[in-house]
Amino acid sequence: MGIKTDAVGKEWPATTYEVGKEKIGEYARVIGIDNPVHFDREAARAAGFRDVVAPPMFVVVYASPAIGPALFDDEVAMNFAAMVHGSQEFEWDEPAVVGDEITTTAKCREIFEKDGKGFYVFETNSVNQNGDQVVRGTWTNIVRGV
Amino acid sequence: MSAELKVGDPIPELRVTPDKYLPHRYAGASGDFNPIHIDREFAKSVGLPDTILHGLYMMGLVARANAAGVADGDPRALKRLSVQFRGMGAPETEIVVTGTVKSVDGDRVVVDTVAAQGENQTIRNAEAELEI
Repeated sequence: MGIKTDAVGKEWPATTYEVGKEKIGEYARVIGIDNPVHFDREAARAAGFRDVVAPPMFVVVYASPAIGPALFDDEVAMNFAAMVHGSQEFEWDEPAVVGDEITTTAKCREIFEKDGKGFYVFETNSVNQNGDQVVRGTWTNIVRGV
Repeated sequence: MSAELKVGDPIPELRVTPDKYLPHRYAGASGDFNPIHIDREFAKSVGLPDTILHGLYMMGLVARANAAGVADGDPRALKRLSVQFRGMGAPETEIVVTGTVKSVDGDRVVVDTVAAQGENQTIRNAEAELEI
């Protein structure tokens, strides 16, 4: 069986996302989070945040433009029809707040085959405009029948 | 709250029933418009029973349950969250997120979390590390 591993180690161009207040509110409402620090500037500042703060999982919004091209890369060559999102990990540091410009890079860490399935492991790293570490992500997709 | 938490303690359960259009709203909020989540005909054409929930939406609920249950919803508290997506999640079915404290080390608490729809565990082996 020959799973293509040419893309291991490949990095994709960094993307930068500017965090907006209404986008944070939209995300928080869909998840059902009602803490006012996600909607109200005064509440956020009173709680010690620089501005209205994003819920941790808002990372999917600002990291997606970086991970998307990696997933669809011809060199990675994932078979989407047989793909599932297998696992996901995030490690957070500095919270993302309104006005932050968050730059994310994506890299292919591993591609391997196990029990007839292909495992495609990507990592993202997001930092803000001050160079502060925001979040690291590990994204694992599994393709059946490789 | 950390002083009160000890290994084996449950965190407060979170119950959410996503409505039929939730995947559309999550797609808009997250930017993930994969048609398996929002187009019934497409989902069936690739062998799924119907549209399915976004795994990262359910991970968002796991994050919400942990922040709310351990740190009064403080978004700074969640330092790490690792999940495995297993079962497929369906709209219009109640999701129950449960968790149990696995370890407590000073101000660091690790919680084992599961998201399930009935017997179907959509997220399992989820580990949340919080600083409180």
